[in-house]
Amino acid sequence: MTTELNNPAVTFTADRLTRAKEIIDWYPVGKQKSALLPLLHLLQEQEGWTSPEGMDYVARMLDIQPIEVYEVASFYTMYHLKPVGKHVIEYCRTGPCCLMGGEEVYAHMKQRLGVDTGQTTVDGQFTLKEVECLAACGMGPVFQIREKYYMHLTNEKVDEIIDELSK
Amino acid sequence: MATKILTQYIDVPGIETFDVYRKQGGYTAVEKAIKTMTPEAIVEEVKKAGVRGRGGAGFPMGMKWSFLAKPEGVPRYLVCNADESEPGTFKDHYLMKNLPHLLIEGMIISSFALGANKSFIYVRGELMYVIRILEKAIAEAKAKGFLGKNILGSGYDLELIVQPGGGAYICGEETALLESLEGKRGNPRNKPPFPAVKGLYQCPTVVNNVESIATTTWIVHNGGDAYAAIGIGRSTGTKLISASGHINKPGVYEIDLGVPVEDFIYADEWCGGIRPGHKFKALVAGGSSVPILPANLALTLENGDKRLMTYESLSEGGFKTGTMLGSGGFIVFDETSCIVRNTWNFSRFYHHESCGQCSPCREGTGWMEKVLHRIEYGHGHQQDIDLLVDVASKIEGNTICPLGDAAAWPVASAIRHFREEFQWHIDNPTEATQPGAVYRGEMALV
Repeated sequence: MTTELNNPAVTFTADRLTRAKEIIDWYPVGKQKSALLPLLHLLQEQEGWTSPEGMDYVARMLDIQPIEVYEVASFYTMYHLKPVGKHVIEYCRTGPCCLMGGEEVYAHMKQRLGVDTGQTTVDGQFTLKEVECLAACGMGPVFQIREKYYMHLTNEKVDEIIDELSK
Repeated sequence: MATKILTQYIDVPGIETFDVYRKQGGYTAVEKAIKTMTPEAIVEEVKKAGVRGRGGAGFPMGMKWSFLAKPEGVPRYLVCNADESEPGTFKDHYLMKNLPHLLIEGMIISSFALGANKSFIYVRGELMYVIRILEKAIAEAKAKGFLGKNILGSGYDLELIVQPGGGAYICGEETALLESLEGKRGNPRNKPPFPAVKGLYQCPTVVNNVESIATTTWIVHNGGDAYAAIGIGRSTGTKLISASGHINKPGVYEIDLGVPVEDFIYADEWCGGIRPGHKFKALVAGGSSVPILPANLALTLENGDKRLMTYESLSEGGFKTGTMLGSGGFIVFDETSCIVRNTWNFSRFYHHESCGQCSPCREGTGWMEKVLHRIEYGHGHQQDIDLLVDVASKIEGNTICPLGDAAAWPVASAIRHFREEFQWHIDNPTEATQPGAVYRGEMALV
């Protein structure tokens, strides 16, 4: 693979390698491809995104073709196919959150950060990503940063969160 | 009179831990099932209970179980569908986060009943924090001998695995979920064969929703007949309803099926009424996919009777005046809501989430989104309303999986019941595109 020649190889840290092996063992022998989605999450947790080199590494680990990894990573919306900022704000744009004032809050957030969806702030701190329903409709508007849900968002609350994370 | 089958102990501090859950009688259903019941007897009780699939389709769970093929020497799988992604629906999120052991207990009982030795809980990847809660609970249950080899000395082995999804609504469709579990893109499979015959790894598989599986704990304790005694007619038992939108008390409520829609919206026990100073305009009763109803039809049937929270009553009148219970994603709209904008929003969702396999859905959802966008943004053409109806009708029924229908129904129903509102947008683009502009013409607000 040419990427291997041009880019530093990606390997999991020792802890993640142990975890990756555990995950592969969840599935019946010969069905190790089932581990692909969890391993891509593990890769993204480590690298911040699913880099081509990382995806090739996962392909080798699961003994599948790299294309089988790329086609999966590009199908699911959680995998970042490009480098992202330190904090990725994934905000829900779906109906119930919008009913609760989501559009106004998100407009404020974009203005505050000076970026639109899909973009990263110049200082590399924040990436905005518009997502569909996060299954927290009664607590909208909602966004997610890594594993944490932030609910009942208002302009003030968004400012506080951004201030806190900018420290 | 609300029976608490699932949420009885949800407010007990520490209920997410094994010890506290156990103190409330947790895992005694597993003990009863494994030590005193045969798998066939459990299936029989679930059949008698008449539980209908709580993910949205409403297919009888016991019947689904009885379809499971049992060829010799072939493993069987139980997969829990925790990919909850239907807009308006957040009940499984709530249940798993607060009561992980209830789901695990249900998974053990159900796996034992179906003869599965490796079962999966497929959780949407966004809920990684819930996955960690479940994994912790599984480790606790395993340490106490309720999972793993030779459970309670019975000779029965079960391994329970929590698999994260990657962010795709379509994986809530059971065959797309199985593809995803096999490490592939979530493209739904053609049926037949059904998963009960060829599912995960081409082996017989049952896929059930979180809430459905969680009911088995109570059913094992109390029997299928007791479960069927709750509710009305073929809508047996309780249902978790996730309520959102313009109500005073959004949240997840466990109701006996059969509560009048009106009571559910206005009673303090549940939604607590429409937010102060506003009127009830429309309802999406079962997640974004089901037809939207204007307030009057949501509350009352054509014959003047109250509409009830049951599968039958909500669908009374067909799509002309009715809707569906679906997943119980209950979204309430007051008079400040623009139906055109919301329909565009939902269409954008389905366009985004279409897997792209079938052209009617792949192309049609995009067309609907574009046409709705131009109406909403003041560039609608006179023929656009009929065009939308036409496109929706050509998606419906013409796709491998129900996502096509789910995309068509919200559009078709919004036009059926709120056509004047679409027409107003087309006729008055300047007025309709003012910030916060909403059609204020004649309509039945409650």
